[in-house]
Amino acid sequence: MLALADFLVIGAVLFCLSVAGIFINRKNVIVLLMCIELMLLAVNMNFIAFSHFNDDVAGQVFVFFILTVAAAEAAIGLAILVVLFRNRHSINVEDLDMMKG
Amino acid sequence: MVEQLVFYVFAGFLIFAAAMVITVRNPVHAALFLVLAFFSSAGLWLLLEAEFLAIALVLVYVGAVMVLFLFVVMMLDINIAELREGFARYLPVAAVVALVMMIAIGTVVGPQNFGLDQVPAAASHAADYSNTRELGLALYGQYIWPFEIAAVVLLVAIIAAIALTLRATRQTKAPRPERQVQVRRADRVRLVKVEAERQS
Repeated sequence: MLALADFLVIGAVLFCLSVAGIFINRKNVIVLLMCIELMLLAVNMNFIAFSHFNDDVAGQVFVFFILTVAAAEAAIGLAILVVLFRNRHSINVEDLDMMKG
Repeated sequence: MVEQLVFYVFAGFLIFAAAMVITVRNPVHAALFLVLAFFSSAGLWLLLEAEFLAIALVLVYVGAVMVLFLFVVMMLDINIAELREGFARYLPVAAVVALVMMIAIGTVVGPQNFGLDQVPAAASHAADYSNTRELGLALYGQYIWPFEIAAVVLLVAIIAAIALTLRATRQTKAPRPERQVQVRRADRVRLVKVEAERQS
């Protein structure tokens, strides 16, 4: 039988992989956005696993909202990326120091 | 046990695809591996009897978001080699951080806290149980206001994406009142002195 821990460990592995991805791809904004999508997927996995094992549909409702927000975030992030590339001809994170942060 | 076999196959594909997403050189390949990751997690969600969300994940993510990603990746003419700088330099740091994080999370969510003894397996639903119906009842009943807010979030995202990427040239022929009231006499009227010519 599959336990709740199996799904939670899968989610944890996915989350750690995406954190590592953010560290090693810190120049490429597109891959950074993909890593954020992977993180959201890991969180969704936990929500659905708990929803199944507690027999409560509320967890799936939250996954629905997370999917909505993630889609909006991807659309706006990619729009910003396109504008950025149009203005700077680069998507390297290190070129983005206009605000001297 | 068939269920466990399916779980391990999908989980293996998921971990493999996630590892490839963060390590491959070409962003197009990374996007395609992300599609594989979404497909295999949709399979895992089917095991958890979340049928509606599994299909929604495939339709919304693979069908819309990843196509958008691929579209942007292929539209931008990026220099891959330049973006790979520092990959090897940050690899040890990333590995250490991921490992420490995995150990920390693993001690919490491992089988000793969430195993079958602590959380018994949920009984499977009957064949006529409709996940979509239950989700719809919750979504349009108890969670109707969050649902409306989600709709507004999507609307804002649409408007923001269009407003960000729209070219600045205005194509409309509508009059602009602020420029009409700012106009001066000198902008419109030019007095020209014309030499009188004698009719001969």
